Amino acid sequence: MRTLILSLALTLLALPLRAYEVEEHVRFPSERAGPELRVISTADVDLFTPFILGFQARNPGISVDYYMVSSSEIEIALTEDGAQFDLAISSAMDQQLRLANDGLVQSYRSTATASLPTWARWRDRVFAFTQEPAAIVLSRADFEGLPLPRTRQDLITALREHPERFQGRIGTYDVRESGLGYLFATQDGRSSETFWRLTQVIGGLGPRLYCCSSDMIEDTASGRIAVAYNVLGSYAQAREDLHDRIHVIAPEDFTTVLMRTVVIPVAAEQPAAAGLFIDHLIENVWFEDSGRFAFPGITSDSLTENASLRPIQLGPGLLVYLDRLKRQQFMEEWEAAMVQPG
Amino acid sequence: MRRAFHAPRSIRRRLTLQLVTGAALIALVLFVIVFNFARQIGSESQDRILAASAASILDETSVISGRIAIDIPYSAFSMLDNASDDRVFYRITRDGAGLTGYDDLPAAAQAGAAPGFDTVRFRGEDLRVATLSRRLSIGGTPVQIAVTVGQTRDALADVLSRILRVTVILGIGFFAASAMLAVLAGQSTANSLRRLAGSVSRRGPQDLRPVVAEVPSEMRPLVASLNSLIARLSTALTRTEDFIAEAAHRVRTPLATVRAHAENTLRRVDKEENRVALREMIRAIDESSRAAGQLLDHAMVSIRADQLDLSPVALNALVGELVDRLRPVADLKDMDLRYRGDGPLEILGDPILIQNAVRNLLDNAIKYAPADTPIRVTLTHQGRSAVLTIQDEGIGFPESGAAHLTGRFARGENAAGVIGSGLGLTIADEVARAHHGKLTVANTQGGPGACVRLSFPLR
Amino acid sequence: MRFLLVEDNRQLASAILDRLAIDGHVVDHAEDLATAEEYTSTTDYDLILLDIMLPDGDGRSFLNAERARGKNTPVIVLTARSEVSDRVGALDMGADDYIAKPFDFSELEARCRAVLRRRTGTATNTIRFGQVALDALAGTLSNGSKVIELRNRELRLLEVFFGAPGQIIPKSKLVDRLFSYDEDVSENAIEVYVGRVRRHLEGSDVSIVTVRGLGYRLAVP
Repeated sequence: MRTLILSLALTLLALPLRAYEVEEHVRFPSERAGPELRVISTADVDLFTPFILGFQARNPGISVDYYMVSSSEIEIALTEDGAQFDLAISSAMDQQLRLANDGLVQSYRSTATASLPTWARWRDRVFAFTQEPAAIVLSRADFEGLPLPRTRQDLITALREHPERFQGRIGTYDVRESGLGYLFATQDGRSSETFWRLTQVIGGLGPRLYCCSSDMIEDTASGRIAVAYNVLGSYAQAREDLHDRIHVIAPEDFTTVLMRTVVIPVAAEQPAAAGLFIDHLIENVWFEDSGRFAFPGITSDSLTENASLRPIQLGPGLLVYLDRLKRQQFMEEWEAAMVQPG
Repeated sequence: MRRAFHAPRSIRRRLTLQLVTGAALIALVLFVIVFNFARQIGSESQDRILAASAASILDETSVISGRIAIDIPYSAFSMLDNASDDRVFYRITRDGAGLTGYDDLPAAAQAGAAPGFDTVRFRGEDLRVATLSRRLSIGGTPVQIAVTVGQTRDALADVLSRILRVTVILGIGFFAASAMLAVLAGQSTANSLRRLAGSVSRRGPQDLRPVVAEVPSEMRPLVASLNSLIARLSTALTRTEDFIAEAAHRVRTPLATVRAHAENTLRRVDKEENRVALREMIRAIDESSRAAGQLLDHAMVSIRADQLDLSPVALNALVGELVDRLRPVADLKDMDLRYRGDGPLEILGDPILIQNAVRNLLDNAIKYAPADTPIRVTLTHQGRSAVLTIQDEGIGFPESGAAHLTGRFARGENAAGVIGSGLGLTIADEVARAHHGKLTVANTQGGPGACVRLSFPLR
Repeated sequence: MRFLLVEDNRQLASAILDRLAIDGHVVDHAEDLATAEEYTSTTDYDLILLDIMLPDGDGRSFLNAERARGKNTPVIVLTARSEVSDRVGALDMGADDYIAKPFDFSELEARCRAVLRRRTGTATNTIRFGQVALDALAGTLSNGSKVIELRNRELRLLEVFFGAPGQIIPKSKLVDRLFSYDEDVSENAIEVYVGRVRRHLEGSDVSIVTVRGLGYRLAVP
């Protein structure tokens, strides 16, 4: 890293004009005067910084304004607030797809986008640049002496057999808060009935509900919770410092695989620079095998070889669970199972 | 005024053009039909999927404890996924009021239990929508639930552009194949004409038999009229030759009679003025008979040269025989007619014409050269030609040049005292040309007299 | 000599008969092929003069028939048609020679002589005066022991003199006999030939005497 001035400014919802909540705002200024790329993203700043710096090294003169938000906030920012961003990066594929379907994003074509497989792009508007599994993270200390669960059924069995050990120590996404959590949950529910049994079991144990994967990983590592269900595997893999305290399990009955996607909103003021950023992401993550986001072992080939990997299809089916009534029904069921009295 | 369109002169071209134009039209019609059919099928298949999508949503719509419950199945939209990633919109209404989905999405008209379809403009794009409705009852109150599913038409456009490409290739391929067949058809028609022409032109000039070539039935009238023309031509030619022979006979016989009587009378009369008159009379007869003879000869030569009938001619024997025949005439002037010929030189030609040409040249030499002088006739082989040379020691050709003497009725200006019509050289020249040969006339170098050379290409 | 003339044109035939008679030949005349065949079946001729176009057929078929019967009397065809077409046919049919009408009697004479010479050989027809003999057919003159080959005009000149021995023959008649009508010659030209013939007769008892102002005369013993 050169003599790049990195100014880190932690902004804690200081501006009341905004309808959306910004968790973190970081500026990556450029040495030269040039366009400013405004990025709204669900990705953790720490994880994403290397990409931004690599991008600036290749394209000097472009400064980057990085806003980290939760997945639901992107939609609010772009639809209701009409905020101006040049790029929206999100793990909530369904929301990204709806943005594109509703005509809120621009199309973009380049050599890099053309080299993507067709299932990794939609209408030249939504581009996937990672494949990340939904994993189960276990505390090593709490599973001392217990067989490690390999499937959801194993987990259900373990939870049922040792309710005292796990009471109040199960963590999962609060699907009402997290778009990603909702996506994981709805895909799980679509894939298997086991999900609802598991939800019933977890609900009975007084679970802790989270907004973000990183919090769940840290709480598991610290021993605050013993099991974190549906955590971004890539985040867990990235926390090498915690690996002596946690197990990262890809369930063998099925592992939901999510694609992180990027879109250029119609209101973008720097679509050209945004395009360059997309090229950079595609080239780095897909083809230079940097592996920063990819779960080890998940490649295009392994998807066809490993039948337990269930990638979420980038298609109109994603719109189904975004339907107001459908969502309402799902939430009712989920709350009934998860938030049990007493 | 000039006509804007000229029909091509060749049958082959005209036929080919017509067939090719027909093929182009058929290819165009084929293209339009196939393309429209494909568009219809493509459109229908999109309609079917949209209807199935709407139906699957309606199937999951029910009344549960007095509330409308709509559980949109995942497949309702995933079935709309396609290679072109078409955008999908939907709307569910209850008695026209939006329950869920895109509130501004228009429904298709004529919706009922059977799906209604429509193409609408929505958010800047053409959308195909299917609407299906169903009546439910909430506590005895009927409600109308309508499901509208819409999809952009990019996939259809993609499929159509692919079909368009294939159809264009199909059309062009069909056209190319038809055009090729058209050319072949044109050629085959032209070939039967050419075969007929060949069978007519291959025959010899004397062959005036009717044409019997195998031809398509359409060409039979042509062959029939050709044969009738040949028959008339044959009759006309025979008539012409007969006429010439008859004319010669009619002219020459009385001349011969007069001449014979005049000569006999000359033998009997003694009075000098009568003798002079008789001599003049004989000269006049000779002049006119020679002129008539050469005119008739020339007519005959012209006819035969026009339709040359070639056969091998042994030139040496032919010239030798002619020289022998003319020797008595030369003897009358004490002229020494010498002939020397190289081996058997054979050429392709009409012996009667060649004979006539040589005789005219020999006649000239005997006539124009003085008595007691030799005439040398030689036949030599020079390169690829047989060359006949006739040299005399007479007055030769005038200084003004000999070339024009081969023209009709041209006579040397120094030959005034000798009977002649001037057609001899013309006949010889025509015969030479008809045989691709050459006649040259010149004065003998370094001596008195003329040198005439007649050459013919060897076989 | 005995000739057969086959000619349908009476005027022409009479002129030819007249001329041949002057020259001392015996001539039969047939106006058609039937008559001609009648004549040839009963008489042997030295020579036949045959016209081609005859009222009852083509002269060539007569010729053909004659040859088929084994008769090979020499035949000279008289043709009035274009020589181009007639010639080959006549010679191919076995004629010895042909002559086109109208013809010069000198040429006819020469052709007859040539044909006869070819067909019958020599020494059949000689005229003798004293030490000199003229063989017109062979074209030779015998003067004592020497035999002289005569040139054509010398022969014809001697024929005129030998045909009328002792008679005065005017120069103009000699010119007519020796020269063709299209030659412009003076009467003096005849003296050259008379001079040549006199040299051939030298040493014999026959001579050509000049009759001043009238012509020449053959003096015989």
